[in-house]
Amino acid sequence: MELYHGCLDTKEIFGRWLDEQSDSNYGAYIPFVGTIRAEDGIEGLSFDIYEPILQQWFEEWVARAKAQGAIVKMAHAIGDVPVHTSSYISAVFSPKRRVALELIDAFVEDFKANAPIWKYDLKGGKRLYAEDRSTPMDGAGVLA
Amino acid sequence: MMIKVEFLGPIAREPMEMEATTLAEVSAKLKADERLAGWLEKCAVALNDTMVTDLTTPLQAGDRVSLLPPVCGG
Repeated sequence: MELYHGCLDTKEIFGRWLDEQSDSNYGAYIPFVGTIRAEDGIEGLSFDIYEPILQQWFEEWVARAKAQGAIVKMAHAIGDVPVHTSSYISAVFSPKRRVALELIDAFVEDFKANAPIWKYDLKGGKRLYAEDRSTPMDGAGVLA
Repeated sequence: MMIKVEFLGPIAREPMEMEATTLAEVSAKLKADERLAGWLEKCAVALNDTMVTDLTTPLQAGDRVSLLPPVCGG
């Protein structure tokens, strides 16, 4: 897992991940790029991350992938990221395509639901919590 | 015993210390704080960076309870 301040250099990261596995005999490599769209007048997005729990979340996925002979990778931005650049990328390597296709789907969806990352719209000089697009994590409400 | 409660992301509140021996006691004290109304229902909870869902979870002196509001990575 890699965290960067500001937008991601997607080509460098994907290229490096590919190079690292060049002799690993994986038959499938599936990258996913999350690009910030210009919508609702935003200048960009901004992110807070709670790294200790994100790391645990990621390591559970590493173990889940390993059990299927696969590898998962991810990188995410911290702080402000302008529109039309990338704040999140991930990838799966596996011996055959089916495992990688299914894993990238489950991995990205669980990332959206349970990775401890908070998103803010950057608009008119303000940093506004994207509450309407945010999802309570599994187990939310225990203190209510 | 004294434990610490921290509020992550957009809750934007300073950490607080309180006397509590279970998460249920933490819950009761936080519910009394009007500024947290609306957050408790939506927040997941971690104890010393491990997610917890059981209110009877016992606490030790120096424990750190974290409130994690709704997330949206990517």
